[in-house]
Parts: sequence; structure tokens; C-alpha cells
Amino acid sequence: MKRRVFLRGTLAGGVLVVAAGAGLLRPVRVLASSWPVAAFESETPQEGLSAYFGTSEAQDSDGITLKAPLQAENGAVVPVKVETTLPEPEAIAIVVDKNPLPFVTSLELAGALGYYSARIKMLETSQVRCYVKSGGKLHHVAQEIKVTVGGCGG
Amino acid sequence: MARATKMKIKAEGDGHVVLCLVSHPMETGRRKDSKTGELVPAHFIKEMVFSHNGQQVAQANLGTGVSKNPLIGIQLKGAKSGDTVSVAWTDNTGESGSAEATVS
Repeated sequence: MKRRVFLRGTLAGGVLVVAAGAGLLRPVRVLASSWPVAAFESETPQEGLSAYFGTSEAQDSDGITLKAPLQAENGAVVPVKVETTLPEPEAIAIVVDKNPLPFVTSLELAGALGYYSARIKMLETSQVRCYVKSGGKLHHVAQEIKVTVGGCGG
Repeated sequence: MARATKMKIKAEGDGHVVLCLVSHPMETGRRKDSKTGELVPAHFIKEMVFSHNGQQVAQANLGTGVSKNPLIGIQLKGAKSGDTVSVAWTDNTGESGSAEATVS
């Protein structure tokens, strides 16, 4: 009896593996990627961008608006807001040049509008860059934010 | 322990802005405990997935550079009154949380 149960179990398991292998059990997620480890672990902005977008070359664009304070008193909480009018934005990334890990956050879009707001940490005064992927190209806008007290936890 | 996850939806511009606030320490793994002098292990939210009427519309990837108690905002297109919007997050230790709200 136990043997039967065991056999049935293995058989069902086998079918599952085959189905998964054939792509029948595709995960429900429509958004392609999992958490981009390489980008978040990069120590330079270029590496982070290459790891995430596949390129670090971007053209300046006036289709992106980065709303952020000129001066942040507390580097632990710096509000930034990105809005873009570029057609069909696919992803938005925020990079802080002088942070120990410059790739701060990204948003992948699948139907939502080109808008992203977050509160980020900044170690010191730095350029804050925003990248938007649209139409297979990378667009970019930057602003310097002055930081009085750094907030990357030291 | 479940962490408080709150969501707010407001009409703005051409769509609806969805703001999600999670009570989370977002530890970088670089900070030292002031009492023991030992490094506090990294503990941060990695992914935040937004769904509109059950359909995924955006995924935010967060790192240690996002502030404590992250407040993340996205904008929905064509949301109507009564639509449900939900968010689900997971962190690097496997903790997760979610919230749901209705467009007013």
C-alpha cells in the first residue's frame, strides 16, 4: 500500500517537472525580471546601469522631470519624484553617484504610467540621476542634491 | 510579525497615484549597533509588486539605498471608481506583506 502511494507520488512529481520544463507552468508574473542583484551590488553607477539596462549610455532628455529638493537636511530621507512624458516607458531607475551602492531603486512598468516616487538615502552631496528606458533607448536627467547630514548609516 | 502596510490612492494628473507605505527598518548591513558595536544585519524590502484589478502593472525593486519606512508611489492609467488596487512586498529575509484598496 505504502509502495503504491510512493509510486503515485513520484509519478505525479515527474509529470510536474516535465510540465514545468515545457513551460506549461509559467509563473503567473508578467513582469519579467526578478530582483536585479548585480545592479544593486555594483559599486559604480556605470556598472549598476549596465547590469540593469545592459548599457550605461543614455541621452539627456527633457521628457523626464525629476522633482527633488535642492538641499536635503537629512540624507536619510530624501524624497524624489520622477515623471516622464516619453512614450511607453518600460523602466525607471534612480542612481545616486556618490552612494556606496549607487543603484538605489528601479521600477518596472507594465501598464502603469511613467511615474515613480520614493524616499532615498544619500551619503553626501551628489548628483542624483534618473534613467528611463523608452523605445529601446535609455534617457537620462540629473540634478545635484546638497546633503547636510549624510544618511547611509555609519 | 506582520509589518504595517498602508496604501492610499488619489487622483492626480491623468491618472491615479498609488502610494504604499511599509513600516520596515531597511537596514543596510553597514550600521553598527550603538550598544554592542556589532553590525546590524541587512534587512530590506526587495520587491514591491502593484496590481490593478488583479493584473500586475508595476514592480518596484528596492535596495538598501531606500529610506526606512519606504513610501513608494506609482501612477495608474485609466483607473475607475470601484477598481481594486493591491500591493505585495517581500524582503531579503523572506518576510512579506500586502495591502489592498479600492479606488474611490
